[in-house]
Amino acid sequence: MMNNNTPLLEMRNIKKEFFGNQVLTDINFTLDAGQVLGLAGENGAGKSTLMKLLFGMDVIRETGGYGGDVLINGEKVNFATPFDALNAGIGMVHQEFSLIPGFTATENILLNREPKKRNIVSEIFGDRLDTLDYKEMNQRSAQAIDKMGVKIDANMVISDMPVGHKQFTEIARELSKDQLKLLILDEPTAVLTEKEAEALLDSIRGLAAKGISVIFITHRLHEILTVCDKVVIMRDGYVVKDVPARETDVADITKWMVGRNIQSSAQTESKIDPNAKTILSIQHLWVDMPGETVRNVSLDIKEGEILGIGGLAGQGKLGIPNGVMGLYEAGGKVIFDGKEIPLNSPRVCLDASLAFVSEDRRGVGLLLDETLEWNVAFSAMQIQNKFLKKYLGGLITWRDEKAIHDVTQKYIDELMIKCTSSLQKAKELSGGNQQKVCLAKAFALEPKFLFVSEPTRGIDVGAKSLVLEALKKFNRERGVTVVMISSELEELRITCDRIAIVSGGKIAGILPATESSEKFGMLMVSQVK
Amino acid sequence: MSKTENAALALGNKSKFHEFVDSFGLPRLIIAGFLLVLFIMAPIVGADLPTQITNTINRFSWNAVLVLAMVPMVHSGCGLNFGLPLGIISGLLGATMSIQFGFTGPMSFVMAIVIATPFALIFGGGYGWLLNKIKGGEMMIATYVGFSSVSFMCMMWLLLPYSSPTMVWGLSGKGLRTTISLEGFYDKVLANFLQINIGNLSIPVGSLAFFALLAFLMWAFLHTKTGTAMTAVGSNPAFARASGINIDKMRLLSVVMSTWLAAVGILVYEQGFGFIQLYMAPFYMALPAVSAILIGGASVNKASITNVIIGTFLFQGIVTMTPTVMNSMIHMDMSEVIRIVVSNGMILYALTRKTEGAK
Repeated sequence: MMNNNTPLLEMRNIKKEFFGNQVLTDINFTLDAGQVLGLAGENGAGKSTLMKLLFGMDVIRETGGYGGDVLINGEKVNFATPFDALNAGIGMVHQEFSLIPGFTATENILLNREPKKRNIVSEIFGDRLDTLDYKEMNQRSAQAIDKMGVKIDANMVISDMPVGHKQFTEIARELSKDQLKLLILDEPTAVLTEKEAEALLDSIRGLAAKGISVIFITHRLHEILTVCDKVVIMRDGYVVKDVPARETDVADITKWMVGRNIQSSAQTESKIDPNAKTILSIQHLWVDMPGETVRNVSLDIKEGEILGIGGLAGQGKLGIPNGVMGLYEAGGKVIFDGKEIPLNSPRVCLDASLAFVSEDRRGVGLLLDETLEWNVAFSAMQIQNKFLKKYLGGLITWRDEKAIHDVTQKYIDELMIKCTSSLQKAKELSGGNQQKVCLAKAFALEPKFLFVSEPTRGIDVGAKSLVLEALKKFNRERGVTVVMISSELEELRITCDRIAIVSGGKIAGILPATESSEKFGMLMVSQVK
Repeated sequence: MSKTENAALALGNKSKFHEFVDSFGLPRLIIAGFLLVLFIMAPIVGADLPTQITNTINRFSWNAVLVLAMVPMVHSGCGLNFGLPLGIISGLLGATMSIQFGFTGPMSFVMAIVIATPFALIFGGGYGWLLNKIKGGEMMIATYVGFSSVSFMCMMWLLLPYSSPTMVWGLSGKGLRTTISLEGFYDKVLANFLQINIGNLSIPVGSLAFFALLAFLMWAFLHTKTGTAMTAVGSNPAFARASGINIDKMRLLSVVMSTWLAAVGILVYEQGFGFIQLYMAPFYMALPAVSAILIGGASVNKASITNVIIGTFLFQGIVTMTPTVMNSMIHMDMSEVIRIVVSNGMILYALTRKTEGAK
């Protein structure tokens, strides 16, 4: 095999765009049989899109297909569905589990590919009614589990398993397919304990030795270095580096991942006042937010600053504001302006003059079916009794449509929201303008403290800078303390005074925004004990 | 004008027509057209038009409050109130107890409302609590709440210790009759109030004014702070929660309001109709009210007072007009068939549109 010159997988000039956004540009790399390839890159660098493309997922075709060629064993392929990819010997283990909780590992591993026995009924009504051959099934699943080189109980029901074993079951399912040549693992270790991750890495090595190629996506860079033969680093839809693993180290990879010129973009007028008093103190916060679990965060925020919270996806940075504001179950202690704020109660936070712009714009942030006026004024009306007229000595509180119209118009002008009128429905606006409406909603509350979560997610460059400028202006002119959570480090660095990096549900460190990208990168991939 | 310009103009008109159909709703357009044809046909086939119009207005005044009862729950996102029978039962309890306690004339109507109110609050509270437990499946559970409460009350009407001779079975002297005449009690108390009579045309001003009052109060409520919060809960619960609104409380309030309006609605219906109908009767009240508001242009999560008025008028217009016109034309009673086709068809249409909107 090794002297054969055609690689198992070759990507040639792969291009992909979503609605005019170029997400992949000229992707070229090759993978030989039995090789392990580590794929690294920041969130949104295009890793997942690339893998979806390779696996023939519907979303790629529905959004207009892709450019360039994918070659398997030197032959051009174009998978219309994941089934075609499976038949060609590609297996994929997704970030989210796709297992049936009530079935045993064996049943899950061989689902829909079970060895069967014929019986009287199936003789008459066809093979859909064949009986399952459990003896043969047990053998086959045992083989697949053996291939991994770990021990899991094949007869245990999935819902009873620890997370790690679920992950292994998924991998065993791919391994039980005889034609498997290439296995894609999308962040398989994210949910594993260190010991389980160790076992997984061992089994990856074992697979490679058996001639199966593996594409391994992870944020834990040291894992890439221990197990991979070569590393491909992506940034903003480009492959920026393609090197053998033994010729590189974590610092290099981090630098390539974060990239960009370090000096030019950093905040110039960052102000860190060591004497400023602490306005919000978070102590030992935990938040049970699915996918963004916060384990133990202690953080002091100074009055008047813009604090950035960064970190990779799934590490818990989004859980912090959602937990403090009471949208997800949380515990710990939060002290705002000298008073303790009870958790799990959105109303109390808002009453205490905190405000929150959610990362889930369409889900939490907006009333999509209502007018802009409602969107902007609603929270302030409900919390602070603004924009209301009172009749009968306060017995009847009537909406003051004129005041609502005025305030909405004011923010439409101030934030340059593009709309036909303040009575337009929120769902009819573009993403960037919707985000501005969310900001206007928070500004209308005139809070002392503002959480802004992913303010630039999914909006175009022009709107991005406008939103960031508006935030900065809001902070500088009105003295409002702002905490901004973002996946994009560069954005944090141009906006914030200090940046805290979250890793594994804990604060990995806090640095001034002027620090170098590498230092932030190191914090992002560090393991907090 | 060149040919291409003509074509473009035609295209423009066409898209305008489409826009109009989209905004007004195709079913509403068809039904309005059908009703118009019925009104035109009536004199031709020999029916007296003023009498027909009087009938339509009368039936509108009987039913409008029941349709109005749909509005609060739609606003708070609980969907269409298929559990309307629960509120109707509160109203029936009020009606029967008012008579039992010896009230007569207009006073019996006032007392019926007064007595029905605590029942509506309690039943509505329990019903609202239940609906808060099963968010997402409200309309299905509501249907069963309606069914089971009607069945339960079928037993209770027999067992409760009513003794007024106008209401109990003649022979045994206990258990309520299926139909109770309201003569001497509140038969037409609202309808006869300030009634206008012009030839064969008569307008029950009192009933209409009573509905107008309730509709105004509902409209006003939706403009208050609490009403705004209720609409927001229906529009996006997550948004409302993040704005510090107690979602469950708002939903509960809407269910209680809806139940109370249903109780008052059935009393208004009875005063127009002239009879109290017990046992299985409440069972058949929910679907016409649901379909009326849907014909009026409401959707599963948006409804206005205008929807209520237009919908009740169209639906009741068809129910009143079809028997006369159809009977004169083909000598066969089609009205019941058409009523069922229209009401169930509307509900089906609305539910399919809901999935479309929620994608």
